[in-house]
Amino acid sequence: MAAATIDARLHGAGKFEVNPATRDSRWVKIAVLGVGLTYFLIFLLLPLIAVFAEAFRKGAETYFSALVEPDALSAVKLTLLAAAIAVPLNLVFGLAAAWAIAKFEFPGKNLLITLIDLPFSVSPVVAGLIYVLVFGRQGWFGPWLLDHDIKIIFAVPAIVLATIFVTFPFIARELIPLMQAQGKDEEEAAISLGASGIQTFLRVTIPNVKWALLYGVILCNARAMGEFGAVSVVSGHIRGETNTMPLYVEILYNEYQFAAAFAVASLLALLALVTLALKTYVEWRANKHVVEGQGQ
Amino acid sequence: MSAGVNKRVLPGFGLSLGFTLVYLSLIVLIPLSAVFLKSSAMTWDEFWSAVTAPRVVASYQLTFGASFLAACINAVFGLLLAWGLTRYTFPGRKIVDALIDLPFALPTAVAGIALTAIYAKNGWIGSLLDPLGIKIAFGPAGVLVALIFIGLPFVVRTVQPVLEDLETEFEEAAASLGANRWTAFKRVVFPTLLPALTTGFALAFARAVGEYGSVIFIAGNIPMVSEITPLIIITKLEQFDYRGATAIAAVMLVISFVMLLIVNALQAWNAHRFGRTV
Repeated sequence: MAAATIDARLHGAGKFEVNPATRDSRWVKIAVLGVGLTYFLIFLLLPLIAVFAEAFRKGAETYFSALVEPDALSAVKLTLLAAAIAVPLNLVFGLAAAWAIAKFEFPGKNLLITLIDLPFSVSPVVAGLIYVLVFGRQGWFGPWLLDHDIKIIFAVPAIVLATIFVTFPFIARELIPLMQAQGKDEEEAAISLGASGIQTFLRVTIPNVKWALLYGVILCNARAMGEFGAVSVVSGHIRGETNTMPLYVEILYNEYQFAAAFAVASLLALLALVTLALKTYVEWRANKHVVEGQGQ
Repeated sequence: MSAGVNKRVLPGFGLSLGFTLVYLSLIVLIPLSAVFLKSSAMTWDEFWSAVTAPRVVASYQLTFGASFLAACINAVFGLLLAWGLTRYTFPGRKIVDALIDLPFALPTAVAGIALTAIYAKNGWIGSLLDPLGIKIAFGPAGVLVALIFIGLPFVVRTVQPVLEDLETEFEEAAASLGANRWTAFKRVVFPTLLPALTTGFALAFARAVGEYGSVIFIAGNIPMVSEITPLIIITKLEQFDYRGATAIAAVMLVISFVMLLIVNALQAWNAHRFGRTV
């Protein structure tokens, strides 16, 4: 019995199945899993499989030729560029915000935390629209930008801005609760032992939050590369210039080039799968980190 | 060393808070305020007629109705999935668990065209339903399917940690007092899950209301029938009707703020009820 309990603890869900008080009958288990997994299959798994099935429907040759189209390559480049700017900026922001919020007391802190989460509750379409209102031809800076021949809307800068907006909270919201829970004792000890602020930050704070940081970066990157609505509003859809991969998928789809649309989409689906795999790995490592920390 | 001298041992408060506020203002707050400042430049009649035009009202009904229904469906099946994932062992459990987050990772445009391919008349599921006279893609039902997809992880991911941390003692006590499993679930487990379930529901609903990418491919976008509110904003922008687009965006923003406050209150309730801060 003792061995069974230990074994069940190791297996997580198993602990509920060996305990008679929490064990459901076989029929309940079959019914719950049957219904739940059918739902999972219909609404989650089938769409994922469909992307790859449709992409290869006309054969591997069509698939690969769709991916090496110049327009496809330029869409890939723009997507990578937008993510390469948005993710580091939001990373710096996340670290700064978490440092201020977790290590110091100041009035209005809860309001600040709520405001940081704000972009998550704004519709992507509205997120795009706000930059049109600021930088568009009829917007606040429209006439000035026109006079100085600077293009933001329907050009790369607006795509980057919209991407930054929709991915704004991802890293901050992973770091803030963790750094708040960790407190500031370790940093204060480092400072009182003579370490500089930068040394303390790099040698004490960063190692303590590295898994949460990585977790935030992974999710931030996935959204940055996949954003559609906000980018669609500000892009102008100029082929080879202002199309990101999701926008290019839409154009191909609307031109009835289904195989090509799904081929590009399959790259994004692969990115999603890699994201989920990395995320699961980081969650596992972070848990291990916590467990080992408790053991010491 | 007195406590007063040591009040702020750590450096960088001014720098980090300053940067946070400037970045937040430049990227989020100032651009968002443009929506309200531009709307306030309109006359009240102009604003009111823009946000209450019949086509716009029909889009609210569809957007909110379908979002509500999708969140309800996800609450029921999400609870079932969370239960299955935490309480039972079965082959492939870890893979299913990891894939639950797919809607967070899969770009919405990809989800949109994939769902359309499946639910169209000649698709894997559409072709099964077509002989029965059921049409999903290119109508309001398509909107519902897309919103179910994007909202699926929320309830699972809010309920799952609560279920995992739930002490078995409560159910043991219920069993020793003679309650059967169903009674124990209804009277002991479910009330504990309720705050998390409501939070997940609210998050799924809030996400669905603003959703654009996954919906527009499968909806068919027929005015008055299957046209969602975010699409109306885009259509107005394409017709250079900036005022109309801004007015509707202001309505959507106010609704997002209200949803954000509700979710925050629910999460506070959840933390209070469950005695945890995560």
